[in-house]
Amino acid sequence: MNWLNAVVAGVLVGGLYALYATGLSVSFGVMRLVNLAHGDLAVMAAFLSSTLVLSAGGSPFWTILVLLPVGFLVGLALQRVVFDRLVGVDPAFQIVATFGLSIVIQNALLRVYSADRRALDVGKLKVDSVSIGDLSIGVFPLLRFLVAVAVLVSLSLFLGRTKLGRAFRATSDDPVAARLMGINNRTIYMVATGIAVSTVFLAGVFNGAQTNFATSDGPGLLIFAFEAVIIGGLGSLWGTLAGGIVLGLAQTLGAEQFTDWPSQLFGHVLFLVVLAVRPNGLFGRVEA
Amino acid sequence: MALLDVEVVDAFYGDFQALFQLSLAVDEGQAVAVIGANGAGKSTLMKAIAGIVPARGGRISFDGIDLGPRSVHHRVADGISLVPEGRRIFPSLTVEENLLVGAYRGRPGPWTLTKVLETFPLLQRLATRSAARLSGGEQQALAIGRALMNNPRLLLLDEVSLGLAPTVVKDLYASLPAIREQGTTLLIVEQDVTRALTAADIAYCLLEGRVSLSGRPAELSRPAIAAAYFGTEVSQ
Repeated sequence: MNWLNAVVAGVLVGGLYALYATGLSVSFGVMRLVNLAHGDLAVMAAFLSSTLVLSAGGSPFWTILVLLPVGFLVGLALQRVVFDRLVGVDPAFQIVATFGLSIVIQNALLRVYSADRRALDVGKLKVDSVSIGDLSIGVFPLLRFLVAVAVLVSLSLFLGRTKLGRAFRATSDDPVAARLMGINNRTIYMVATGIAVSTVFLAGVFNGAQTNFATSDGPGLLIFAFEAVIIGGLGSLWGTLAGGIVLGLAQTLGAEQFTDWPSQLFGHVLFLVVLAVRPNGLFGRVEA
Repeated sequence: MALLDVEVVDAFYGDFQALFQLSLAVDEGQAVAVIGANGAGKSTLMKAIAGIVPARGGRISFDGIDLGPRSVHHRVADGISLVPEGRRIFPSLTVEENLLVGAYRGRPGPWTLTKVLETFPLLQRLATRSAARLSGGEQQALAIGRALMNNPRLLLLDEVSLGLAPTVVKDLYASLPAIREQGTTLLIVEQDVTRALTAADIAYCLLEGRVSLSGRPAELSRPAIAAAYFGTEVSQ
């Protein structure tokens, strides 16, 4: 691999991190909630996808059409049953409750799917690439990146241009004032969590098609999502994409320079540097 | 039947009781002022009517319907709009977006974006600006305009004059007749007693969570108001 290839690969893997991080960013932006079970939901989606493929056949891609609405419904239920109790209270409760949720999901998956690793088979697509001179671009990472950008564009159009999106931003600014406008904040929170779980389900399927997965992988995925959000800046969607890309670049460029070091280390180090130097992230809004 | 009927209501902030057996009525089309010192319970009363603070005991009814089980957003849909103390505009939204959020329930009526901008001309040229960058007076005009976008039957104004220059307050109060012309009923909480009494048909004075005086402003003597406001004896 040369430097140019490392840059392209870093940007593209950043798309996956951004897709992971979108849901965290939405949850935090709208209701200041950090869901530690976020990564486990991605793993759950990958297993659900593999079940669908095993029973109905075909490529994992069609399962996305099922998993997006299922994810939305899972989000509504989670909000109603668990997260509604965590909005506006001491963050310690959020940590305990969502960490507990993470354990519950992992054990439920273990019970159903055992500890064996699985993979989603997308066939030749996984290794296909297009070459431009020395530059070689993986088709699958490119597709994944474009999907992430499409999700972020749709979300930002939703937030910026629609009546419900405006209500989201108003609730994020001041939930009490939003209620005084006649906005039912519980509905807003349910839709927000619906969106968050749908997007992380999407990310889970893409991750499962890239690499194999096991029931205990969730927390490892959460770290990437978390780092992308923090690097990009809390509450900023485009910052989340930038954060994902910066994280991806740190990994691929780090690995290019220090070939015998684990690539993920460089992402973690960069994350700590950002946290120390710019705690609000690269594009973070200043929190009141 | 009064449009708004507050009957022997208690309200609490945690363990602290802010309203004691408070009763008050507002007829349709009236402008009613609630005056009182800091901590007299004026804002709590407004919050209890809007539904942000629960009313315990007693009953608050709007157009004959008990508001007890109705949550904040239902009350807004019923036609109760509160301009909250401290304005609470949405800083990350533009001025126009703030106004549009005000129309979230889509209640029909005379107030539209155009009409609100005509009533508060200073907002006109600021429409696309971030609301965070407005002056205090502009924010207050926006907060009132935003509440009007709901086409409320009852508009609750909480401390409109707070922290604003007298000339700005004068301009804001000058917009009230235009609001009343549309048939909107007003309940005004104000520390500026003269301002409140001039704008209102009926005034209530609160003292430590209770009504200490009420009546038509013209019939209330200065010493009686002072006594009800500060809780001192009327000196003859």
